[in-house]
Amino acid sequence: MYSRAYKSAVTIPPLLWVTVFLLIPYAILFCYSFWSVSPLQVIVHNWNLHNYAQLFRNPLYLTVLLRSIRIAGAVTLLALLLGYPLAYYLSFHAAKRKDLLYQLVIIPLWASYLVRGYAWKTILGSDGVLNGFLQYLHITHRPVEFFLYSPFAVILTLTHIYTPFTFLPIYASLEHVPRNLVEASHDLGASPFSTFVRVILPLSLPGILAGATFAFVLTLGDFLAPLLVGGSSGIMISNIVVSLFGAAYNWPLGAAISLCMLLLVVSLLFATERLEKRFTIS
Amino acid sequence: MKASGSPVPVERGPVEVLLSIRQVEKQFAGRPVLCGISLEVASGEFLTILGESGSGKTTLLRLIAGFEQLDSGEIRMAGERLDQIPAHRREVNTVFQSYAIFPHLSVFENVAYGLRAKSVPRVEIPLRVTQALAMVKMSEFSQSAPSRLSGGQQQRVALARALVNRPRVLLLDEPLSALDANLRRQMQVELKSLQREVGITFIFVTHDQEEAMALSDRVALLRAGRLEQVAEPREIYGQPATAYAAQFIGQTNLLRAEVRDGIANAGPIAWPSAGPSGAATFSLRPEAIRLSSAPQAARPAGGTAHFHGRIQNQTFGGAMDLVEIDCGNSHILRARIPSPGPLVGQQDFEFAASDAVRVREGGGS
Repeated sequence: MYSRAYKSAVTIPPLLWVTVFLLIPYAILFCYSFWSVSPLQVIVHNWNLHNYAQLFRNPLYLTVLLRSIRIAGAVTLLALLLGYPLAYYLSFHAAKRKDLLYQLVIIPLWASYLVRGYAWKTILGSDGVLNGFLQYLHITHRPVEFFLYSPFAVILTLTHIYTPFTFLPIYASLEHVPRNLVEASHDLGASPFSTFVRVILPLSLPGILAGATFAFVLTLGDFLAPLLVGGSSGIMISNIVVSLFGAAYNWPLGAAISLCMLLLVVSLLFATERLEKRFTIS
Repeated sequence: MKASGSPVPVERGPVEVLLSIRQVEKQFAGRPVLCGISLEVASGEFLTILGESGSGKTTLLRLIAGFEQLDSGEIRMAGERLDQIPAHRREVNTVFQSYAIFPHLSVFENVAYGLRAKSVPRVEIPLRVTQALAMVKMSEFSQSAPSRLSGGQQQRVALARALVNRPRVLLLDEPLSALDANLRRQMQVELKSLQREVGITFIFVTHDQEEAMALSDRVALLRAGRLEQVAEPREIYGQPATAYAAQFIGQTNLLRAEVRDGIANAGPIAWPSAGPSGAATFSLRPEAIRLSSAPQAARPAGGTAHFHGRIQNQTFGGAMDLVEIDCGNSHILRARIPSPGPLVGQQDFEFAASDAVRVREGGGS
């Protein structure tokens, strides 16, 4: 058995970390969300639900929140559509190229998020690679503006950044599908397509759920991609939070929005985890 | 399984060849796994492919199932090429060694899987699944999740899942090897009567020679990718074609003899042999050796060989004792003798010359 000193040495540091850097900040945030700012830009400690009411009353916040959810949904869908076939190919058909391809998917994760964001800026910009190419081919005659500074650019950039996060859990779950089940399915007369639908897909559902959750939650909280490539039409809810804590100096409202987001994400995580458990078969 | 009635005698009419395997070759990464396999399987037959691990027996089964492609040769079923049809269109089903039960489907859905895949009319499915589960005594587990079943129960589900499709050939890949000894014996009996009942051709792979003998109409003995002998269990035991077959199936004494003028001489032992002259190997089963009251004759006569030797070791075995006899010149014979009580010193023994079966020394090591 481990000594008491050993147990404390192992458990106390992380507990301390979580308390100081997570629980206490959240508690402060929670308090702030019930306070307000006076016209003289002083935080007033008068407890009320004003901030939460404003969140639902002001159409701007709701519009941006819904847009964020739509963008997160689109990124999730695209990441699944790109990540699943890739993971399937790697797991079932890549054979000798498996390791190489796996590394090729992983390596971009080592590059800084900012670098990848800026890369899209230079690709999509009005004098960027894409527009230069299209004009060179005489497909367009002047730069196409909507490539950059649009929800489209945000979705593209975030799909690029978060697809590996979707790929990884799907790949892991596909690797865990016993190959003799695939053989058994063929043996029982099911075609390769039918085998995919009736055996491989259901058994990889936990991976799909985990991958989709990654893409959705990470996108929903993202503020850098909208900042870099989103423009005014690509603003997401986190950008609003950032500005409320910054230039707008309305910490209480920022805190209220943050907590609503947190609630949304945490309940999503709980829901998907429960679903994952249901689909995971020992 | 049938609760009453005597077992239906197996019809041994004109044998109809169902599956014919011709000159099949298979390599894995340049290493030959199967070499020139030719084998015919009759309709309704219980054929066992017997061999050590690495002999290629599972590969042969996988070729028939369609999980591997053969390098050359052909496999035909009822005259039609089977080896060019994808696995899911073959009228062959497999019971896997690890059962391969779908973990996300209930027992019922596992058994129904093949019927749904083949678009059997919806109304027919429940009846057929119920019948198949009843056949393997698993009716009460119809709605269970596979993870709640024991190994033996999963085995039964795997069997029902394959048989419900009424395949022309059922392939069984060491299906009993994961079961404990008692359950294994029970399943052997059930498997055999099930096969008689449904009349489907069974091709059964095992490394267990006793299992092969107990179950099969015929045994195909595979050694390092080549067929050593294909025969009925009694024949393969009584008339082994090769030294390997004699040793692998049951215990035996291999006598390396010199045949001259119709007499085989192996050191101090001599017996009449009608075969051609020269060096030859004979297999003599331990139970063919008896205690003899007559002293050793100068020359073997009357089809009985006599010899004497010193008792080296005697192991009590209930009805039969295993006795090691030192005949001099490092010739040690093992005999299985009805418990004679303790034996000591020199003893006289005899065996019928016809029990010394001339065998080929197999190729390879």
